[in-house]
Amino acid sequence: MLKHIKQTVIDSYRLGYKDILDFTRDRMMLIAFIIMPLFMMVMMGYIFPSQSALKDIPLGVVNQDTGLIGNTIVESLSQMKLDEGQQNPFHLTTVSSVDSAIEQIKGQQLSGALIIPENFTATIASGQQETVTIIVDQSNPQLSSTLTTLLDKILGSMSTDVGVQQVAKLLPQSPNPVALVKPFTIQTQGIVPGEPNYFQFMAPGIMAMVVMLSVMTGLAASIAREREDGTLDGILVSPINRLSIILGKAFSQIARGLLQAAIILGLATLLFGVVIHGNLLLVVLLLILGVFSFVGVGVLISALATRQETAMTIMMTLQFPMLFLSGVLFPVQQMPEWIQAISKAVPLTYATQALRQVMTLGVGISEVIGQIIILVGFGIVTLAIAIPAFQRVVGK
Amino acid sequence: MSSIEAKDLTRKFGQLIAVDHVNFHVESGEVFGLLGPNGAGKTTLIRMLCTLLRPTEGTARVAGFDIRKQPSQVREHIGLVTEKIILYDRLTAEENLFLFGRLNHLPEQTIKERADRLLRLLKMEEWRKHQGGTFSTGMKQRINIARALITQPSILFLDEPTLGLDPQTTRAIHEFIRELSGQGMTIILTTHIMSEADELSKKIGIIDRGRIVSLDTPAGLKKAGTDNSTTVLNIDIANLTERLITELKNLACVKSLMQEETYRVRLQANGEGAVDRIIDTIRANNGQIRSVSTVEPTLEDVFLNLTGHEIRDEATEKIPSARGHGPHLRQGAKRVR
Repeated sequence: MLKHIKQTVIDSYRLGYKDILDFTRDRMMLIAFIIMPLFMMVMMGYIFPSQSALKDIPLGVVNQDTGLIGNTIVESLSQMKLDEGQQNPFHLTTVSSVDSAIEQIKGQQLSGALIIPENFTATIASGQQETVTIIVDQSNPQLSSTLTTLLDKILGSMSTDVGVQQVAKLLPQSPNPVALVKPFTIQTQGIVPGEPNYFQFMAPGIMAMVVMLSVMTGLAASIAREREDGTLDGILVSPINRLSIILGKAFSQIARGLLQAAIILGLATLLFGVVIHGNLLLVVLLLILGVFSFVGVGVLISALATRQETAMTIMMTLQFPMLFLSGVLFPVQQMPEWIQAISKAVPLTYATQALRQVMTLGVGISEVIGQIIILVGFGIVTLAIAIPAFQRVVGK
Repeated sequence: MSSIEAKDLTRKFGQLIAVDHVNFHVESGEVFGLLGPNGAGKTTLIRMLCTLLRPTEGTARVAGFDIRKQPSQVREHIGLVTEKIILYDRLTAEENLFLFGRLNHLPEQTIKERADRLLRLLKMEEWRKHQGGTFSTGMKQRINIARALITQPSILFLDEPTLGLDPQTTRAIHEFIRELSGQGMTIILTTHIMSEADELSKKIGIIDRGRIVSLDTPAGLKKAGTDNSTTVLNIDIANLTERLITELKNLACVKSLMQEETYRVRLQANGEGAVDRIIDTIRANNGQIRSVSTVEPTLEDVFLNLTGHEIRDEATEKIPSARGHGPHLRQGAKRVR
């Protein structure tokens, strides 16, 4: 019995090693292997807007006020800097009327406009509340919401400043006019040390996704290819346990996946400033478990598909929704209830979650034990379906 | 001693009976030819004997082991060469041999010795360090044969081993088969090429529509298929027409007729005065006879006699995936109706 198991393991290793040789000798494949995650990181990292990337948003200003406050607002906006050393996020253009501003937004010369009404300064001086209007272009929701948030913040603090001056004038003896105008302030405190960027959010997800999906695809495609080429017959007429065919494939694919993960981690830390706060070994363990959870699906697909092409098509069909459902790209919490429910059935979700927790938050194994159990469970259940299906298909 | 004994071996794919209650046995050390058109069930039969396909009914003993109950033991005694070449393109010739040697649990030293000898015998020594993908089809097939032999199987299955190969490699493989047979190896050879089966086999089973319709030595088959009263004629007619062919086919004394060239028919004439009647018919239709010759019957004639159709009337042109289960079935299914 023990001898049997040992032989199966040795046979699996030999079959897996053969695949690794095959893979490493395919030069184009190796190149694509390194370039793919690099592309992935760059794309995912840069296509999403971040505040620091904002500059030169063309903003129209219609200043109908002749007083001091209106001018001060325009003045400070034109010298605006979000952070030390950064450029002004706005490129200001003076526009004569509201209609003309709207025209220019429609013509895409402007992304939005700020309207300061007539007698703005005078009304405020008389003790009444005034309103500035931000005109946005809703056809570009992303930009218009960024613009609103930004102006809201800037103008809000200007409004506070003006209020403080007003209070100071009315109550000269007041010890702290700021506390009257703005009785409390807000501050945000993160739990991640340093300043995490978007890559920090993306990297664990991309890693989980690339590794798990490429393993699943690689497994199904390579078994289907061997069936198609007839080389599988050569293996099948050998006196080996058929389980070692699956184990061998899984072994080579896991090795491949880990290599790819290492490439992604390297790129992420060296090029994109991602910091791994957790235990690296735990990261590797999670990746292996993530891959394991997908082996069964891969084998099942290869049992269903007699041709490599079919296997690839099935994979593509599964991959696309998984990408969006797993929270790799967008937080799952932002999605509708029913999508969140489906998301819970995708093992990639748990691998991504756990990896993110470990890599970014630096938690230990006890914090991610739930995800680990789910990954292993998913792997066992799918394998329990896939192995008999595979054995039935090959040769019986 | 029997190397292979098939008993009512049957395989159905849905409605189609690909192999239909086949019974035969192959003696140890014999070259056994399975001859039949594409889609006759040769590959299905071989795959069952190699434990790659489970019989629907019946069973067989291969090297003394039951293919249903002892597949592992069967696998230890057989080598398989299929028309789909089993060779990894990115492994070298040597690595391919070693991989399959190891999967058969042979000691390293044994694999090395055998690989050396096989590569030498198959004249592939200088290519041992080259990757399979760089080889021509003929070279690949040589390595493929070496791979099947690395285990020194007592029974070797060759499924269309010369399909798509150049004449030179085909000849080399034929010689090699004879050599192996001389060493006492049992060889099962499937082919749809008459001359190949004729030349190499000690016994031939003619398989058609899943059944073995005749089984004998090549000489015995020819003799039985074309008895003494039958003469095989080649007649060249300068102005051969469809009408004339139909007229000839309708003669009671013509057992079978094939058009070989635009001007030549090959027919089996049966009974006394048959030749006279045939020539009279051609004359009556204004046919200009260029020559008439009697020829030795070949397996082709035997096949025609036994099955009523030519072995070549199934597309002998290879459809890539026609082996195994795909179009192969559909082809057969059409003929079952």
